[in-house]
Amino acid sequence: MAETNGHNEGNPVTTGAPSAGSNGGGNGGGSKLTALMADAKAVQARAVEEMRETIKAPEKTDVWKSILRVKHDDTPRSRALGVLSNVFLHLHPAKINRDAVAYNFTWGMGGMTFYVYITLVFTGTLLMFYYHPSKVVAFRDILYLESDVPFGKLLRNMHRWGAHLMVIMVELHMFRVFLTGSYKKPREFNWVVGVLLLVLTLLLSFTGYLLPDDQLGFWAVTVGTNMARATPLLGHDGPFGAVMGMTPFNDVRFGLLGGSIVDSNALLRAYIWHCVAIPILASAFMVVHFWRVRKDGGISGPAPMMLESEIKEPKKL
Amino acid sequence: MDLHQLWVILSTPDNVPIVLLLFVVPFYTWYGLKQAFANDRLIDQLEADPVMAKTHHRKTQPWKQGWAKEIHVWPYLLRIELLAAIICTVILMVWSITLDAPLEEPANPTLTMNPSKAPWYFLGLQEMLVYFDPWIAGVVMPSLIIVGLMVIPYIDNNPLGNGYYTYKQRKFSIWTFIFGFIVLWVSMIVIGTLIRGPGWMWFWPGTTWDHNRLIFEVNRDLPDIFGITSKVGKNIFGALVTLAYCVVAAIGIHKLITWTPFNRKMYARMSVLQYATMQIFLIVMLSLPVKILARLVGRIKYVWVTPWFNI
Repeated sequence: MAETNGHNEGNPVTTGAPSAGSNGGGNGGGSKLTALMADAKAVQARAVEEMRETIKAPEKTDVWKSILRVKHDDTPRSRALGVLSNVFLHLHPAKINRDAVAYNFTWGMGGMTFYVYITLVFTGTLLMFYYHPSKVVAFRDILYLESDVPFGKLLRNMHRWGAHLMVIMVELHMFRVFLTGSYKKPREFNWVVGVLLLVLTLLLSFTGYLLPDDQLGFWAVTVGTNMARATPLLGHDGPFGAVMGMTPFNDVRFGLLGGSIVDSNALLRAYIWHCVAIPILASAFMVVHFWRVRKDGGISGPAPMMLESEIKEPKKL
Repeated sequence: MDLHQLWVILSTPDNVPIVLLLFVVPFYTWYGLKQAFANDRLIDQLEADPVMAKTHHRKTQPWKQGWAKEIHVWPYLLRIELLAAIICTVILMVWSITLDAPLEEPANPTLTMNPSKAPWYFLGLQEMLVYFDPWIAGVVMPSLIIVGLMVIPYIDNNPLGNGYYTYKQRKFSIWTFIFGFIVLWVSMIVIGTLIRGPGWMWFWPGTTWDHNRLIFEVNRDLPDIFGITSKVGKNIFGALVTLAYCVVAAIGIHKLITWTPFNRKMYARMSVLQYATMQIFLIVMLSLPVKILARLVGRIKYVWVTPWFNI
């Protein structure tokens, strides 16, 4: 339509403010109305024009620029900036070893473990909306979750199987890191952090086991925490426990369960460890783990192979 | 052959991860070692041909003159990560739709489950309870496993095999890890999950879980076999036997560490502290299969009996 293309036609109103009338004069009410209509049309034309330009090239708007900060074009610099200036992607370097993107070196286990962890945090948060860590209602909450909550069963299944998947993936990740010798200099400490993350993963899974408050979880946790009775020095059944004055009511197992049996206090403790304390700890160690991967020179390989004849003499202390 | 029993065990929802483990662990072991052997062949070639060693890019991955060593993360890595995330989600969704998470009766302290099992990833430790007292199997061993894993980078001073798969250059460490991970950790989990039945008794796959089964095993303490009856005598004898095991194991491990000329070269680089740490952890690790053998072959319950603890 010609009207919407106002300023290309040389309509004098296009640059003016809405109140500026071009036909201003003493022609009476009728002509004032006409002028007002013309103004309104011109404003409409401008608005439509602006919308079109925005849709055609959204990357030129101030809003877009303010969010993304960096102009994207198809240049290497722009690709690098796209990664480096994004908070979610900046864990990555701008460029990586060309052979490292093939599946056969890393098996993708570390990254997928992190992804499954995020899935678990997401489904776990949703599950917390439907769960009370109380001996009275915990089991019923699970029943309601499975029968009454939309997709509740799927949610619980995903959380359960995701947890198992994470344990398997963490172990395979460790296996891969060992086979490629990636714990060697300068990545020694990151391996230590990784071992801590493995332990935290197992503890996360274990503390979650009790929460449905069913026979399976109850007896698994009973078996598991009964081990703590036998802790040397600190458990009442352990070597030298009696010498240290340990009883079922003050030993390390009592501390874990908040009682001498697996009961409501144990449920609450498992809940807090599972939903608050260990996720925070694990997240903190993950931050360190990923940070150290970058600081220690990115992922370890595939590196050029070293020959036996090239080993340098170790530095003497 | 009780196929129904077998199916019940395999299809218990929480046992599905172990069935998965039975496939993925052998697969990834094969997958890693395949690349290790391929790299080893190239290492042999490079060692035989110094000129080639100077010019070769030293990887089994394809490489051509003029190819950049590094590529952009955007899009070459990010698209793979997106794909991996999608595949993970699909697997998790399909798994969750087809198989329900287990939920049994409400917790009941008066009704003991038989067998009552820990979560599958701790079943290796629970299986260890057959052979060791809880303070070893449940507390000392897990702590030593964690610390032992942590010290690996500090006692393995072999500079070769950093960032690539190889078997030839790291035989000892690869064997040790595979022994610890697959033989001791994964297979004990598999035994604990699929084979241990009521009363934590051994039921071969396909046999019926008989809740009334009794096994009359006469496990004796080692001092009793030798007719030592006094408490002090048992204590001293047990201590001597344990010490003897440590010495024999240490000598055996030392022989292994210094088996080949390459191993001796690595041994020469070790500090005393590194060597001692390595010995301690390997002796403890080896004590598990030794105790298993002693129990299965010699029907021995404890080796060292004291008023405070038994080993």
